[in-house]
Amino acid sequence: MAAGDFLSNVELISPSEFAKGKILAVQNYVLLCGQAMANLFRRPLYGADIIQQADFIGWGSISIIVLAGFFTGAVLAQNSASTLERFGSVSLIGQLVSVGMVRQLGPVITGLMVAGRNASGIASELGSMKVTEQIDAMRALGTDPTKKLVTPRVVATVIMLFFLTIIADLFGIVGGSMVAILMLGLDSHQYWTSSWQVLQNADVITGLIQPVFYGFVISTIGCYYGMTAKGGTQGVGRGTTQAVVVSSVLIVVIDFFLTRVLSIVLVYR
Amino acid sequence: MPTVPIEMLAGQRAESSGPVVVFENVVLAFEDKPVLDGVSFSVSHGETKALFGIAGSGKSSILKLALGLIRPDAGRIQVLGHDITEMSEDELLALRDRIGMIFQESALFDSLTVRDNVAFRLMEEGKLSEEEIERRVREALSFVELEHTIDRRPAELSGGMRRRVAIARAIITQPELLLYDSPTGGLDPVTSTTIVELIVKQRDVYKTSALLVSHRLQDAFTMATHYFDRQTNKMSSLPAGSKRELPVTFLVIRDGKVIFDGDAQQLASSKDDYIREYIS
Repeated sequence: MAAGDFLSNVELISPSEFAKGKILAVQNYVLLCGQAMANLFRRPLYGADIIQQADFIGWGSISIIVLAGFFTGAVLAQNSASTLERFGSVSLIGQLVSVGMVRQLGPVITGLMVAGRNASGIASELGSMKVTEQIDAMRALGTDPTKKLVTPRVVATVIMLFFLTIIADLFGIVGGSMVAILMLGLDSHQYWTSSWQVLQNADVITGLIQPVFYGFVISTIGCYYGMTAKGGTQGVGRGTTQAVVVSSVLIVVIDFFLTRVLSIVLVYR
Repeated sequence: MPTVPIEMLAGQRAESSGPVVVFENVVLAFEDKPVLDGVSFSVSHGETKALFGIAGSGKSSILKLALGLIRPDAGRIQVLGHDITEMSEDELLALRDRIGMIFQESALFDSLTVRDNVAFRLMEEGKLSEEEIERRVREALSFVELEHTIDRRPAELSGGMRRRVAIARAIITQPELLLYDSPTGGLDPVTSTTIVELIVKQRDVYKTSALLVSHRLQDAFTMATHYFDRQTNKMSSLPAGSKRELPVTFLVIRDGKVIFDGDAQQLASSKDDYIREYIS
């Protein structure tokens, strides 16, 4: 295609129209989040749908969370070892891995993994339903799609991400222990004792509050891009990609601000 | 809970009077592109109104407006005696229990079996026992002659079978108003006739009012000239010289405006060039 042809096909949008579109998208997203939350207090609650989604999101993600957590802890131990060796403090590696995994890496790695797997899954499933008029059909049959489709996914993701984070933390510390014991020759008892003793309540609280926010972001972003998909299969694909990108970026951004706020509120270290 | 036979549900509303659907100067635009420009018409009780117009003329939008799935930019829409233009989504969800819609591509839930698709509304309501729901599902599926597909998934069905399941799903609660969006679109002539027969059967047996979008004029003419014979359980044409009038009317839309609203005879004798070209 000649450059001229390409340029003639490009639709230029004025900055004000672009800004209006983005503000409208944020407004619709906030409304969807509000509806999803309000539905928690309205019947029916769709318990069976919540359990089904929890099984898909939670049980279905365990293998990748175990692997990601294990190797993140192992890499953290491996990379920290050379620095700690310079100060003759290799024995502190358990503390470093433990605090790093529980406070930051566990929740963030779990969030990013689940975002990649489930934000895309939710967006593509709901997007396909949207473009084939199944969402409209649900409304036509007297059922509120946000109540039937969105709220169960949000509840299931928030609950399961909480537990998946604990699993990631645990396997991260196990991964660190493998490096510490097998490669660095540390004593197993010493590693586990120092890993356990260094953790403060503030570390654990910080690490367990984060997945609640990440789970909410992953599920609501996935649902938003699914419920607003248009333009056939191409639109579903675009929405799926955007859901993963936006939820992943938001997890990292929220991580920064949430850690800052929690460090002030919990006054630790 | 006592069970109410489907035919009795239909009989209960036979006494209601007044128009079932009223559009008054309805205006609709999508992203500044006008679709409907002051559309007005009404559908009376038991009437089937067939909507015609070229692709993109806003026919499907009229059905979605009547169901409250989209809101008009101006004008008033009354459905089953309720002004739906000002109703909240919760109020509309309740009203939609009395309306059935058959979507253009069936819109069956592909993760559910035919049984669960047809039973969806009853299961959501949660008022009936599982046995009663099963009985209603089988009754609705036998109406469309697809009882044997009850355990299949939509992906395993042909296009025509999916339309018939969509009809079964829409009629399971015997709604007072049915909205058909191109029910015969993309189907072969034999399957189309089967679908038309089901629509005529629903009209004549249960006296259901309907708005029907179609691209096939011959389907609507068939509906206007055929009735459902309950003795032979088949659709039959009216005998020559019969004075019986079937409640089928036609509405033609052009450039967002209604250019024709009348019965088959008036349509056939119209002098409007556009209409003459359309029906030729």
